[in-house]
Amino acid sequence: MEGILSLLVDVMSEPAILVASIALVGLLAQRKNLSDTMKGTTKTFVGFLVIAAGAGLLERALSPFGAMFQEAFNMTGVVPNNEAIVALALTEYGSNTALIMFFGMVVNILIARFTRFKYIFLTGHHTLYMACMLAIIMAVAGFKSVGLIAVGAVALGIIMTLSPAIVQPFIRKLTGNDNVALGHFSAVGYAISGLVGKAVKGKKEITSTEKIDFPKGLGFLRDSTVSIALTMTVMYIIVALFAGPTFIEGELSEGTNFLVYSFIEAGNFAAGVFIILSGVRLVLAEIVPAFKGISTKLVPNAKPALDVPIIFTYAPNAVLIGFFSSFMGGVFSLVVMTFAGSTIILPGVVPHFFTGAAAGVLGNATGGVRGSIAGSFVNGIIISFLPIFLLPVLGELGFANTTFSDADFGVSGIFFGTLANYAGPIAIVISLVVILALMAIPFGKKKKVQQ
Amino acid sequence: MKILAVCGSGLGTSFMVEMNIEQVLKELGVTGVEVSHSDLSSATPQDADVFFLAKDIAEGGAHLGEIVVLDNIIDMEELREKVKQLAEEKNLI
Repeated sequence: MEGILSLLVDVMSEPAILVASIALVGLLAQRKNLSDTMKGTTKTFVGFLVIAAGAGLLERALSPFGAMFQEAFNMTGVVPNNEAIVALALTEYGSNTALIMFFGMVVNILIARFTRFKYIFLTGHHTLYMACMLAIIMAVAGFKSVGLIAVGAVALGIIMTLSPAIVQPFIRKLTGNDNVALGHFSAVGYAISGLVGKAVKGKKEITSTEKIDFPKGLGFLRDSTVSIALTMTVMYIIVALFAGPTFIEGELSEGTNFLVYSFIEAGNFAAGVFIILSGVRLVLAEIVPAFKGISTKLVPNAKPALDVPIIFTYAPNAVLIGFFSSFMGGVFSLVVMTFAGSTIILPGVVPHFFTGAAAGVLGNATGGVRGSIAGSFVNGIIISFLPIFLLPVLGELGFANTTFSDADFGVSGIFFGTLANYAGPIAIVISLVVILALMAIPFGKKKKVQQ
Repeated sequence: MKILAVCGSGLGTSFMVEMNIEQVLKELGVTGVEVSHSDLSSATPQDADVFFLAKDIAEGGAHLGEIVVLDNIIDMEELREKVKQLAEEKNLI
């Protein structure tokens, strides 16, 4: 008996097996045939181990960067990148992440079924990353075992429903209908960009970004491997020049030329992210379709919340304007942080591209060119400063030289982390109950707006 | 035949397009077509016979060979039409 119990514990604490079991359940629920079930379960299992392999490579590329930054500027430099921090965290929090993700999706379906929030969050990789962040924060807050999973899952389900809900007014304005929602965890930045757009549009008729003739040719930035490799190379080389050859060749590179070493490590960072993305793709390949299938069956009138590029085609010029303006917001924030002497959040090209572009599109929808520029600039500032306040609530992982990049991670992480710090875990439980209760009330006023 | 849906990071959008293509193929009663998804960097012409891309990354994927460009990636009608056309061209229906 004890043997079986310890075997069970071993199985449950191996995240790769756990995630594969979740995929297996999903495949069986869809009544797939033996061949598909075997394929899907095995791929999910291997995918998780691929993520772990990428994490190792990434960690080896990131830690010399941290050391060089410290030597050069005597400050800590952080490169926000979701894939990086999640891969590093999964080695310790993998099982809890998998369980929070699974039950969080169940909570999302339940909320959509029984309240007026009909959003089903289908951007699987963001669900995984948020589950991971909640696993860290709830553990740091002091939750354990079943309690941790329950609190994390309820929090995840709420975030999966509220995040699309707060951008939906702007998505409605942009797309002209209410059938599709945006499922991307930077909704706070997008909603603020939409509001800023409204505020700066002025009295004259608004000019849309799409009336501008704009040079194309920045398409390569959409290719995440290329954009990560290029920006990491630039950052690595700059930091290396400040840290100097003596330090790098003496302490880090074992004699290899300091610039060559930095170039290779920047490439290794991109390689690590590439591997992690392949792993994430394998892990999600079965889980997301199962979630989609089950939710459409159980929730009538469900609104699918989809990944951010769905809105890019509505305003391709605003995508580029938004990226640049958001990146400028990041650079502006970096200068402010340097003077303030705080931890330095370096502007990562991937978060600024995706969230900046979306902020630009939504800012354009409410305030034309001016709205697009101002809205995405503010988005850039938001996603630069939120990580500073998020780092302290992540425990040991706050010192990893990388962190979660998008706005909703910052907002919800800081929210739960601060509650735990000031009032303990019980405050988190109470806050979740209150939020759920508020969501369950069918507000007459809100309903009118939704029509 | 094999179809590959492609987007910038190969995570969300291409995945959604893949699921939608599968749904359309099922509606049309087409079988024996393998659909999967990938990011722009990993996709090579050998990976599939036909590639589906959104308009904004169509330029970056021109080297892939036979590509189908989607003007609006959430428009099921457009997708249905384009998949149907493809299936007719390939004598699958």
